[in-house]
Amino acid sequence: MNPQYRAYHPRWYRKSVPIFWWLRKRSYAAFIARELTSVFVAYSAIMLVVLVLAMDRGEAAYVGMMDWLATPIVVAAHILVLLVVLFHTITWLNLAPMAIVVKLGDRKLPASAVLMGHYGAWAVCTAIVAWLLIWR
Amino acid sequence: MRRSREPIIWALFGGGGMASALLLPALILILFIAVPLGWVQSAPFEDLQALVRHPLIRLGLFVFISLCWFHWAHRFRYTLYDGLQLSHLNELIAVTTYGIASVGTVVGAYLLWGVG
Repeated sequence: MNPQYRAYHPRWYRKSVPIFWWLRKRSYAAFIARELTSVFVAYSAIMLVVLVLAMDRGEAAYVGMMDWLATPIVVAAHILVLLVVLFHTITWLNLAPMAIVVKLGDRKLPASAVLMGHYGAWAVCTAIVAWLLIWR
Repeated sequence: MRRSREPIIWALFGGGGMASALLLPALILILFIAVPLGWVQSAPFEDLQALVRHPLIRLGLFVFISLCWFHWAHRFRYTLYDGLQLSHLNELIAVTTYGIASVGTVVGAYLLWGVG
């Protein structure tokens, strides 16, 4: 094809959408907020490794990190991280019945059962983490 | 026909979403808030150290953090793609986000390998 040809091609008609389109509606903003929780998930993963390295190094490093974590601004930051991650957990678990369809023979497990199962799993995981870190 | 990589990427995203949803609230509340502030008494330090040095815990933590990375990569990719309308940069964004997740996975493996 003649390379000149494309230069004369008419522009496709596209409706222009403003870059902050997702601020126009609550549900759009919630969608973007839900996607951005992933930044806090990645941050938490990094901090877990940092904490494990401090624990491995010895009690002084661990206590030093705990002292840093107890400073007011860091506490405030981690309360924010916790709230955002809770938003992630709740929105994620609430979507589970739409993503997972359990068939029992020719009948479907009701969505509420799938939902309850996931919240149950969250409770069990929370209890295991608490048992490992606190109650042993 | 070339096979799509999408199912693998989606599995990593989904696994990371589920693992982080189930485990992170408890980990953040206990390790980053409640224990530093003295709301609860953690297990003795020697026990915690032995716990994180245990090979299975290290392996589990490695899997967990790499899933978290790929979960982030997938969601961040589509936030840039849809939210900021950068679909013309699709390949660059995909390479950057999954690339960061891969580097995070390798660095995590290296650091956790050295524990204990």
